[in-house]
Amino acid sequence: MTEALAVIELDRVTKSFPGGVRALHEASLRIWPDELTAIVGPSGSGKSTMLQLMGTLDRPTSGTVRVLGHDVAELDDVQLSAVRANWIGFVFQQFYLTAHLTAVQNVANGLFYHGIARKKRLREAATALERVGLGHRLGHRPQQLSGGERQRVAIARALVARPAIVLADEPTGALDSRSGDTIIELLHELHSEGTTITVITHDNGIAAAFDRQVEILDGEIRSDSSTRVGVV
Amino acid sequence: MNPQNATTSSPPLPRTARLRTSDLIGVGLLGLRGRPLRAILSGLGIAIGIAAMVAVLGVGAASQAQLLDKIASLGTNLLTVEPGQNLVGQNPPLPDEAVGMIKRIGPIHSATATGTVKGATVRRTDKIDPRESQGIEVAAARLDLLDTLGGKLAGGTWLNQATARYPTTVLGATTARLLGAEPGQQVFISGQWFTVVGVLKPLDLAPEINTSALVGWDVATGRLGFDGHPTRVYTRSVDESVDAVRAVLARTANPKDPSGVKVSRPSDALTAQLAAKNTFNSLLIGLGAVSLLVGGVGVANTMIISVLERRQEIGLRRALGARRRQILLQFLTEAVALSVLGGMAGAAIGLAVVTAYATYQGWPVVVPATAIAGGVTASMAIGAIAGLYPAMRAGQLPPTEALAVA
Repeated sequence: MTEALAVIELDRVTKSFPGGVRALHEASLRIWPDELTAIVGPSGSGKSTMLQLMGTLDRPTSGTVRVLGHDVAELDDVQLSAVRANWIGFVFQQFYLTAHLTAVQNVANGLFYHGIARKKRLREAATALERVGLGHRLGHRPQQLSGGERQRVAIARALVARPAIVLADEPTGALDSRSGDTIIELLHELHSEGTTITVITHDNGIAAAFDRQVEILDGEIRSDSSTRVGVV
Repeated sequence: MNPQNATTSSPPLPRTARLRTSDLIGVGLLGLRGRPLRAILSGLGIAIGIAAMVAVLGVGAASQAQLLDKIASLGTNLLTVEPGQNLVGQNPPLPDEAVGMIKRIGPIHSATATGTVKGATVRRTDKIDPRESQGIEVAAARLDLLDTLGGKLAGGTWLNQATARYPTTVLGATTARLLGAEPGQQVFISGQWFTVVGVLKPLDLAPEINTSALVGWDVATGRLGFDGHPTRVYTRSVDESVDAVRAVLARTANPKDPSGVKVSRPSDALTAQLAAKNTFNSLLIGLGAVSLLVGGVGVANTMIISVLERRQEIGLRRALGARRRQILLQFLTEAVALSVLGGMAGAAIGLAVVTAYATYQGWPVVVPATAIAGGVTASMAIGAIAGLYPAMRAGQLPPTEALAVA
């Protein structure tokens, strides 16, 4: 009997692709609330596949993925979309901001599929931008912002719906090391304020600064620094 | 399975939200803003098609309105009676009393006649060879001819009780032009000088008058050897009874030989013109429809390329919580918006063309409301059809696309 509920749970998850490529093999992992986790591995190790499965963007070939206790296999497209909209925030290496929208409009897009009015979306977006230290850049377009600032906008977009977890895929991959450092610093800050964050990275240096490191190689979890609960 | 914590302490699933209509339209237009030039060019295809259809229908409607005005002002209640070929192949002349008998038909409110003076020629002077008749006919006219035909004088006066007994003539519009004669001058009719007292304006319903020189009935019989038989009777009747009158006209005009009477309705020619314009219209509308179809293919093409290019945007939206159907609707809205904006631009262009052309021709400007409404509706339908397949592809795209680093 466990007291807390895992935010995301992978239970002996395997993912194979047509043509026999097995990206993930029997991976089991639980992400607990308030954790700051790094999933670290070289390119081709299967860490991106893992993030897609954790983010319910893809379904496993076998095994079970649960988000806050709900088995993803039992949810249809509409329910899964609601799960992503409300419980999971994504941050991507390439930011994926819309060029002709302002920072605050881009962040407001994080609430686009929540059925709330535009005015309220923009208000919430402004609050989220203040949280990442960009309260003075609301009306700027992405091309008027530095790379680090763009990623901050993307992080604000991931936070605006107050998700249960933020999944970040190589958030510093497109940034110079100084901007990258400030992003990692921001993630630590957000974590200290109570946000559950999982970062995927190939950079052992970044991973080392995190509370928990999960090492992945050739589609299998090689090590997990967490002492809380290992394999189910 | 791990039932202990999976079922007891899981929060309920988040509620599913619908996309607001305003947001759907907003996101559809946003997509067009991303690539404005391409949107304009593919919208232009639709615009040209709609503009062509609106212009064709509008110009057609304006010329029809003009023709209808003309028919209305000339009236469709004019019937003419003339000798025709009877059953044995003869052309019996109309009896002298034909006009009087026709006037007794109830619904007829006026009847008048002309009589061709056979062998008579009209020349500008006696120096001109009589064989150069230029197709001009000399006809005896009743004094009420002008009123019955609704004719107007271009100059001078119409024949009256006095002038009709003297060698005077009123020339049809074409006759006056061919002879170069004006009121007050003299023309040479069959060896005698006649004074021109008036010149008529062109008559649309009685073109034979345009090429005639009209003289009084008595002068014609007294001086030109006219036999007194009317050769063409003009009648005006009550509008509703024209068909009934037409049915009895031949029998009344020549009771002895009704088969030798030809009855016709000159306004039929104008009505036929109206029908001819309609057939021409449907051909041009067909051409407009083809260009609309081509425009639709352009929109479909643009949307397919757009979906291919925006895989990452689609993936991002899926990650932000968009469902398949919402992605489909977004791209469908974009295709319809593209097409409808093109359609509205086309309707505006078409309307401008119609207004300019009708004004130039002096026709009444008719706003082709049906064509505009139909055009915009058609562009909406075309956008929906053209956008359906690309939108379905967008909706089916796996959400992992955004995470797949290029």
